[in-house]
Amino acid sequence: MGAMTVDRADGRSVNQLRPLACSRNILHRAHGSARWSQGDTIVLAAVYGPKAGTKKGENPEKASIEVIWKPKTGQIGKLEKEYEMILKRTLQSICLMTIHPNTTTSIIVQVFGDDGALLPCAINASCAALVDAGIPLKHLAVAICCGFTEGGSVILDPTKAEEQKIQAFAYLVFPNSPLSVLPSAPSAEVDGPIENGIITSVTHGVMPVVDYFNCLERGRAACAKISEFHRRSLESQVPGDLTKAT
Amino acid sequence: MAAASTSGSGRDIGGSGGGLAAGEMEVEAYRRLFPLPFYERHLLDSVRPDARPLHRARDTSIALGPVASADGSALVKIGDTTMLAAIKLEVMTPSADAPDEGSLAIEFHMPPICSPIVRPGRPAEVAPVVSKQLSDVILSSGMINLKELSLITGKAAWMAYLDIYCLNSDGSLFDASLLSAIAAFSHLQIPLVSLSDDGRVVAVSGDLLEDESTPELVNKERKLLLHSIPFSLTCILHKKYILADPTAEEESIMETSITVVLDSSERLVSIYKPGGPVLAHTSTVKDCIVLTKHRMKELQNILEESLSAMEVV
Repeated sequence: MGAMTVDRADGRSVNQLRPLACSRNILHRAHGSARWSQGDTIVLAAVYGPKAGTKKGENPEKASIEVIWKPKTGQIGKLEKEYEMILKRTLQSICLMTIHPNTTTSIIVQVFGDDGALLPCAINASCAALVDAGIPLKHLAVAICCGFTEGGSVILDPTKAEEQKIQAFAYLVFPNSPLSVLPSAPSAEVDGPIENGIITSVTHGVMPVVDYFNCLERGRAACAKISEFHRRSLESQVPGDLTKAT
Repeated sequence: MAAASTSGSGRDIGGSGGGLAAGEMEVEAYRRLFPLPFYERHLLDSVRPDARPLHRARDTSIALGPVASADGSALVKIGDTTMLAAIKLEVMTPSADAPDEGSLAIEFHMPPICSPIVRPGRPAEVAPVVSKQLSDVILSSGMINLKELSLITGKAAWMAYLDIYCLNSDGSLFDASLLSAIAAFSHLQIPLVSLSDDGRVVAVSGDLLEDESTPELVNKERKLLLHSIPFSLTCILHKKYILADPTAEEESIMETSITVVLDSSERLVSIYKPGGPVLAHTSTVKDCIVLTKHRMKELQNILEESLSAMEVV
């Protein structure tokens, strides 16, 4: 693709993300909590669990996850229900569901600010909150929003104004790259390393198929950066702060 | 993973059950108790329990105009999944920021008739999600040009209420509901209206056209022109297998599904993969897109046949 410089309203380049900030252990009564912000999109996630019992209709042989999405303003409608379902299925794929069967882990997501890329921000916040709560996970889910403009270029992390103007955008979630202590075994994966697989993809708007794959490439590269940021913010937690009221 | 605890004992039962004469009962019990190993044995032979090859969708049929009182309706069956779509048109004043456009309201309902999981009084969790997905796909694909729904700029425009009822839920709900919405729009006959003396828009019945005093018609076009029609295919991913058009049983056992929607110029309208334990790599996504292209051709043929059958009558 020809590198077309797109003028973005806030002066970022096409590949530049907004400043990321993550703080954990904010709510003292929740088992885990995290606040994730990407520019002006701010989401707070709280984790309670595992609690005894599963909801009716859920498989009691596995742990189950319940997501409650609270918008910043307005009533709960179809959009919130859809986000709850996507978040639930994404988090179910990263949690180890067989460790605590017949339990429910609740994740409550509260939107503080919505300036584009809301669902990826919520997914990142929920993962940080799950880590803060100590729920066993296979790997983290790292989420990014890629937009596709009419000029044919892919922009990362669009703001709300940009989302409304561009032709199409995609929310993509990838696993973060594993850091292994063992020397890397010859990769048995035919399709490539694990961080290239897509956990979740939700697209809006029409785009040519080729450009979707471009979005995937850029999304993977950006997720590698976000995954580094995640790892650094998790490692910086001082051990003395881990005492919490339960 | 989840199957680890069951597949071990599953293999034991399979081994000892081989010598029993009561074949039919054993198979049904095995299917209920150990669904995942039951399916995996079929997948090794590239077939599914209903004898479909992995990439084939179920038999699809479209019936146009089952609801006589609606302006457009369609009944679509994909295998056992049955959807009834109906469109009613109403005249309303357009909004100030789009005075030359009509509007579209899409609603997806899952009444308790469709599945034992849906209880009266407790709406299905899937219903608002499918409803939103449908609205997004239909509006973003540009199939309906809202300007065609306009009657008098700034004063009157059509509001189209599209309601889709799931009558039987057996997997691939989104595919069947999208197809029923498209079929209903293809069948839609916009009623003739004219401006009455006091400035209101009233419906004109067909008989009045034969009178000498033909009222001045506001709209001449009776049918909507559908541009780039979107077609979809839902696939289930399990280890290295891709199963097209899953039934409800398959969807509940193998939880990773990916829905690809393409329009008639083969552009991507939507790729929807809401989580799931299996990761989709680029090759898997490409395979799903190829399967969707085949399915699109099948669906285009079926839709054209049913439209031409209707015109003959």
